[in-house]
Amino acid sequence: MATAVLSTTSPAPGQAAWRRFCRHRLALAGAVIIVILVLGSAFGPYLLPFDDTYIDIMKRFAPPLSGAHVLGTDELGRDVLARLMMGARVSLSIGFVAMVMAMAVGIVVGAFAGFYGGVVGAVLMRLVDAALCFPTIFLLLALAALTEPGLVTTTVLIAATAWMSVARVVEAQVRSLREREFAVAALAFGSSNLRIMFRELVPNAVAPIMVAATLNVANAILLESYLSYLGYGIQPPAASLGNMLNNAQIYLTSAPWLAIAPGVIITLAVTSFNFLGDGLRDALDPRMNIP
Amino acid sequence: MARYVANRLAQAVVLLVIVSAIGFALLHLAPGGPLSQFAASSQMTQEDLDRVTRQLGLDRPLPIQYLDWFGRMLKGDWGKSYRDGETVLSVISSHLGATLELMTTATIIAVLLGCWIGILGALRRYSLFDSLATVGAMIALSIPTFWFGLVTIYVFSVTLGWLPAGNRETVGDGSFLDLLHHLIAPAMVLALVETAMWGRFMRSSMLEVINQDYIRTARAKGLPEWRILTVHALRNALLPMITVAGLQFPTLLGGALVAETVFTWPGMGRLFLDSIGYRDYPVVMGILMFSAIMVLIGSLIADILYAVVDPRIQVG
Repeated sequence: MATAVLSTTSPAPGQAAWRRFCRHRLALAGAVIIVILVLGSAFGPYLLPFDDTYIDIMKRFAPPLSGAHVLGTDELGRDVLARLMMGARVSLSIGFVAMVMAMAVGIVVGAFAGFYGGVVGAVLMRLVDAALCFPTIFLLLALAALTEPGLVTTTVLIAATAWMSVARVVEAQVRSLREREFAVAALAFGSSNLRIMFRELVPNAVAPIMVAATLNVANAILLESYLSYLGYGIQPPAASLGNMLNNAQIYLTSAPWLAIAPGVIITLAVTSFNFLGDGLRDALDPRMNIP
Repeated sequence: MARYVANRLAQAVVLLVIVSAIGFALLHLAPGGPLSQFAASSQMTQEDLDRVTRQLGLDRPLPIQYLDWFGRMLKGDWGKSYRDGETVLSVISSHLGATLELMTTATIIAVLLGCWIGILGALRRYSLFDSLATVGAMIALSIPTFWFGLVTIYVFSVTLGWLPAGNRETVGDGSFLDLLHHLIAPAMVLALVETAMWGRFMRSSMLEVINQDYIRTARAKGLPEWRILTVHALRNALLPMITVAGLQFPTLLGGALVAETVFTWPGMGRLFLDSIGYRDYPVVMGILMFSAIMVLIGSLIADILYAVVDPRIQVG
């Protein structure tokens, strides 16, 4: 202990958070996998000689590693790897965009409910409670059945069923931050309510918001796969990780490889985002560290 | 206590009204609305459509339709299926048994396995078992249920031939053993996510309890370790699990829908999907409401039960 050097300056909070994050090896692995998946789905399709919708009826059900098709071909002779990359592109995009939309709605609702409290807060939060009573998949399917399926509707619907939990997180944060000195000071300076809400309170809740955002992407990717698998999400011939599994069950006996690759990629992506969210939670707020 | 229960009941009633309003608005304001099923048939003329509109009362203002519908719902009249004219409640109840059977079995598996994993993980914190369980739980929560179902079918039905790939019974058999044989795979698939959830909550609840002063006191008194764990720690660590059971309910219902689809299990989830395919709005609406009410009642019971077993909780 004699050689121990006492550091008199504490590291910057950002640095400390970064170090805690790096200690969380699974979160780091998750981040790396996400980067690989994003790069692969963004640039991968240009490196392949096959188009994801090109039908080659002579080469149906080619097993993986046979000839030019690394992951084989599906029931229409389309290259599975090309479809996987395009599908991942669609699924990841939906995950990100749905997250942004859900966060926007959730933050606005949560900020208003938490800041004003009283009747406004009660009405908004009871609405959130009521919306959360519907099991997500039931609500999502009912909504999807009422609209024209497609990329935009799928994204919007997923966001529409995901903002409630964000609103809850933001509401709790804003409600407690509202009483703090800096918020009272801003009020004394004559800042408008909107300014206090979105320039003072919400930025101070950035840690839980970032965690919620990360977990939201994971959830959105999962929901897209459910919706498309059940036939109410992304419609063929466009590929998504979910709808690639749509027909896989029929060919499970004859062509099991059709079911394996998309499922592995979905699981990998969702697990990575979940671990990343976990790591962020530990890094950004050590007090929230659930034992 | 009575006040808490009354308070909680009032909350539930308010929620029920909002839930029903959301559900009603959703299906009525959407393009097509309840008429689209008739409009799709080419034999329907405009006059026919107008007549159906009047007959179903769809030409009245929406708030009136809602009040009318809500009143009838309270009386147990949930409308009739467009498909075969059966009442919605009887269609739901004829499919409910299969769903409850699946959900109950999966919950029993999940509670036993999850609590065991959680308790062991908490007692041997940061051990190899604990790390594996933590990572495993996260992966289990991330696997799409339907895909896990497909893998299960591939391994246990296609490759090994041990379990049937779907349905609730073999036609013409239907003995208890046959039913059980069909139940294993879907229940296992549904239980995966649940087990992971229960394990995680059990672990953190147990950790919270075993670090408390009264456990140290019990150790200081020289009580045997097994007695401390079972009598003192476990009893208190299990209490919050009542809340978990309530929170789990929506996930469990959603998971059941997916498992039923993969395993062609004749339950409420499958009925819901079929009804969506047929644009059978009364049934879609009915199941959506039914599931939300189940969730509402589930969390109500969980909250009240928790207040009963844990006298420390007395906040309104």
